[in-house]
Amino acid sequence: MLRLLGEVAGLALVRNGKVVRCELDEEATAAGVRLSLAEASDEAIAAPPVDVFGELNAEHVSAPVVVDIPDGVRLTRPIAVIDWLDADGVMTFPRLAVRLGEASAATLVEWYGSTNVDSFAAPVTTLDVSQAATFSHVAVQHRGPRVWQIANQVSTVGKDAMFNGYQAALGGDYARSRADCRLAGRGASGNLSAVYFGTGDQMLDFRTFQHHQGPDTTSNLLFKGAVGGRSRSVYTGLIRVEKQARGTNAFQTNRNIKLSDHAWAESVPNLEIENNDVRCSHASTVGPVDEEQRFYLESRGVPTAVAERLIVTGFFDEVLVRLPVDGVSAGLRGLVRDRLDHEGVLS
Amino acid sequence: MWWWADVSELQIVGLHAAVHGRQILTGIDLVVRSGEVHAVMGPNGSGKSTLSHVIMGKPGYEVTGGQVLIDGVDILGLPAWKRAQAGLFLAMQYPIEVPGVSVESMLRESFLAAGNDPDLVPELVAAEAARIGFAEDVVHRPLNVDLSGGEKKRNETLQLGVLRPTFAVLDELDSGLDIDALRACARRVEAATKEGDPPLGVLAITHYSRLLSELQPDVVHVLARGKIQATGGPELAIELEATGYTAYGDEPADAAGDRELDPFADPFA
Repeated sequence: MLRLLGEVAGLALVRNGKVVRCELDEEATAAGVRLSLAEASDEAIAAPPVDVFGELNAEHVSAPVVVDIPDGVRLTRPIAVIDWLDADGVMTFPRLAVRLGEASAATLVEWYGSTNVDSFAAPVTTLDVSQAATFSHVAVQHRGPRVWQIANQVSTVGKDAMFNGYQAALGGDYARSRADCRLAGRGASGNLSAVYFGTGDQMLDFRTFQHHQGPDTTSNLLFKGAVGGRSRSVYTGLIRVEKQARGTNAFQTNRNIKLSDHAWAESVPNLEIENNDVRCSHASTVGPVDEEQRFYLESRGVPTAVAERLIVTGFFDEVLVRLPVDGVSAGLRGLVRDRLDHEGVLS
Repeated sequence: MWWWADVSELQIVGLHAAVHGRQILTGIDLVVRSGEVHAVMGPNGSGKSTLSHVIMGKPGYEVTGGQVLIDGVDILGLPAWKRAQAGLFLAMQYPIEVPGVSVESMLRESFLAAGNDPDLVPELVAAEAARIGFAEDVVHRPLNVDLSGGEKKRNETLQLGVLRPTFAVLDELDSGLDIDALRACARRVEAATKEGDPPLGVLAITHYSRLLSELQPDVVHVLARGKIQATGGPELAIELEATGYTAYGDEPADAAGDRELDPFADPFA
């Protein structure tokens, strides 16, 4: 997957819970960017855990990685952090803490991969985006079909800062991802999007928390998933607008396509609003491939299975075209296509 | 008999169809040959759109009798995509939005499935777009997403031009578009009825005679209450313009009511 990323500004490689590589290019080094193993005194890794898996991670974390982008530094190439599992019976607690200084800009890709092992991972990622900074984060979960993963991600977005968080989930036996986006400073904005595609007996579980703490904050969420075979997905999303967060705009959309009769998808949106001066909306759908869309393509001579592949890839494309690293979009498109063509997920 | 190879025949024989158990078509008979333009006119609720959907094989319609044949081969047992490969095209009244799928990628898959070279598609699309005054960048945008009524109908016509079907069913091609777009679409279809090999045969389904002033019909059929009630030449369309469908059992009060509800209704009708 390194090939997909193209030229990177920095790379950290963690294998079975051990950091095996941590390097930055000259430009990033000269700009004062830091990419390294955390020291015990690092505040960045001291963030309070959000749940019991966060607590487990805090207790057992072995190789926390810290990324620090100084004020005003704007990286043009992405940083990659790859977490790789290739040992059976391993339990790992990856930790990544990213801090963007004021008015800085960066893109970071986290890739969770593995061979076909029977292991468990509970990663925690904290993303701190300071005033007027712009940060794009892509998390790809492509673990093997027997891996269990329970991931936490907390982003804190400062005044006039922007966080773009993208997730893709294709792997794992049971894979949960919780993403909390705290819009702390006035005018902060958070765009959260995800694609997920279950197959076989997989269970994919997403929990999101758009937490509006500061005034005039904006959040926009779009999660799109497909489930085939006997796989299941659950999306649970909460928008919370605090009393002081007047002028909030918060949107949440979750769309699901069921590709087989035995697959199952559920969508659970929630709103908690303490202020009247807000604009909030949520929408969710679960259903099979749209019959009208399929008929339209078929009426132009496109065979049924190909029409369904086009519709599902097109469905995901709304998110994939937004990814900040073209190679990752292309790679994910390929993975989706392979799954549609070869794994018999279409009924 | 030199012309044999150039003439195909779309034959509809005693076609009966139902939707949700309700009989809509109660015996349609007509024959369209290559190069001919047949208009099917009728009041709202007469079964016009049902006819177009049943011919193309849209799910949700039950054929309860009869046949639809292309050159003697019944196509009613075929899925829609095989009907398309057999030379049939349906220009839809309300073209469906397909997010994330461009007209070009769809046409490539269509060419591939039919054993044609998909690499020919971009050039054909560019040529057709130029021919009907359609912005070329639209072909890379998702199908019908955020297109105006006129752009959607130009998009349908563009696809017709690229796919070169033997027979085209135009379901209310004249609804929801301005006169320039209507003229561009109608002229392109008319050209296909003259230049194709074999030339295109057209079944144009319409409520109003607006389309027919741009696309000259050879034969006009009046469809009402699920049956062809009358067949004649172009003069029949002119007569209908003056008298309406009351002579064929349509209740004018209802038709007027429907007309108000139709957002694509011709304001000059």
